Amino acid sequence: MDAAISVKNLTKTFKDFTAVNDISFEVEKGKIFAFLGPNGAGKTTTIKMLTTLLDPSSGSIMLNGYDVLSQKDEARKSFGIVFQDPSLDDELTAYENMQFHAVLFGISDNKRIEELLHFVELWDRKDHLVKTFSGGMKRRLEIARGLLHKPVVLFLDEPTIGLDPQTRNLLWTHIQKLNKTEQVTVFLTTHYMEEAEKMADMIAVIDHGQIIAQGTSETLKKQTKTKTLEEAFLALTGKTIRDEEATGSDKMRQFRKVWRGR
Amino acid sequence: MNAIYILWLRELKRYFRSKARILGSLGQPLLFLFALGFGLGPVFQRAGQGNYFQFLAPGVIAMSILFTAIFAGIQVIWDKQFGFLKETLVAPVSRFNIMLGKTLGGATIATIQGIIVFLLSLVVGFRPELTLLPLMLLFMFLIAVFFTALGISIASQLSDMQGFQLIMNFLVQPVFFLSGALFPLGNLPKVFSYIVAIDPLSYGVDGIRGSLTGVTHFGLSVDIFVLGVLTVIVLSIGSYLFSKIQL
Ligand SMILES: Nc1ncnc2c1ncn2[C@@H]1O[C@H](COP(=O)(O)OP(=O)(O)OP(=O)(O)O)[C@@H](O)[C@H]1O
Ligand SMILES: [Mg+2]
Repeated sequence: MDAAISVKNLTKTFKDFTAVNDISFEVEKGKIFAFLGPNGAGKTTTIKMLTTLLDPSSGSIMLNGYDVLSQKDEARKSFGIVFQDPSLDDELTAYENMQFHAVLFGISDNKRIEELLHFVELWDRKDHLVKTFSGGMKRRLEIARGLLHKPVVLFLDEPTIGLDPQTRNLLWTHIQKLNKTEQVTVFLTTHYMEEAEKMADMIAVIDHGQIIAQGTSETLKKQTKTKTLEEAFLALTGKTIRDEEATGSDKMRQFRKVWRGR
Repeated sequence: MNAIYILWLRELKRYFRSKARILGSLGQPLLFLFALGFGLGPVFQRAGQGNYFQFLAPGVIAMSILFTAIFAGIQVIWDKQFGFLKETLVAPVSRFNIMLGKTLGGATIATIQGIIVFLLSLVVGFRPELTLLPLMLLFMFLIAVFFTALGISIASQLSDMQGFQLIMNFLVQPVFFLSGALFPLGNLPKVFSYIVAIDPLSYGVDGIRGSLTGVTHFGLSVDIFVLGVLTVIVLSIGSYLFSKIQL
């Protein structure tokens, strides 16, 4: 059986800075794969390359049997994504956001929208503007949207950031259910090690743009002679805080906080 | 439904939902109509140029389209930074169609804005000939498409709103003030008349004025031809730049 995602020697250089440095890995179909690493390690940059938003400097990516660099549209139909930063249109309703996505993906059947809005428990709020939603509701809506076109692979870039424990639990339960019932392959990043430990079949740890360890939670703990994934993670990546330069989007996040009061 | 349509529809929904934006954008044209129309009217008349208000109204209509269109295009920067563009760009839709949908959306809004200002100017006292009304709409739509596509092209090259002020002061304002929206183009100093002739908006103003008052400087067929060619060029450049966006 071929892999859902297969990455070979992937590199991304911004001017003279190498954000992703020659990484290779495979994700098996139907598995939950956690991509872990400190701030600025290169997780989001990798996801952007896997999802056609950013052209790699070198390397190859296969997703669901398609070459992401040359068969972009086929690849795009094969994955769904929840971005690290919010990506809903606040001025549209929940339903309109779903419909926008459906039309772009050529889905004419509105049943699926209804099904998914029920699934994330937002059906009764479908006609409310997204700007009136809480962070957790927005996240749920983004997940529903990412699933609309029945993707083979679901990318989740820190899906639980800023959510309370109740919502985090609910989200992961949803995702596990999806993975079991629809065999969706999940590629996730998170800074909550317990979540990764509980969810992931396979883990890769990335630091300074390079993959420094790969395996199951068990093998990583064994390899570092530690008891929890958090300890293993710290043993692998060290205890120093990453002092990354703020990028354009970091600045914009700040600006947005000031501008919109959140 | 298809992709171009839904992108167009999104722009319209956003426009009609922000009443403050619609109202706010009527302030400037009204001010121009009143302050300049009535303020400079007597001088204009004494100089033997006829009724200034009749002359100015088409220029102010063009102005409101220019600003609305550029602003609609530039909003791509917000989509880019506030995330929604990512959602659009991971869809299996060609970048050209995305650019086209957004351009048509912004251009429709700008044209509506132009029509509102046109109606307002009628209320304030503008008395045009209405026989060439469809031609006026065509000119309005052409400049709307041109400047929305220009706005999107610029936005695709910028990563945040810091360049916005620069564009307003060094592109949009000059394009407006050097276009003949406010003054007749006959008997200008030579160098100045060349500058006016390379300003795309000059042809839009001339076209709108020509179809409403019968007075044109370049001639209506020249206006249509120049605007048509420029629009095709900016759409091609714009969709190329748009297709190169990296997020
Ligand atoms: N467009 C860009 N231009 C220059 N540098 C960039 C750009 N995008 C990302 N970087 C840099 O690449 C590095 C990796 O960033 P990335 O966003 O992939 O990290 P991450 O692992 O997702 O971190 P976090 O956990 O904080 O989200 C960072 O040092 C970042 O500053
Ligand atoms: Mg990240």
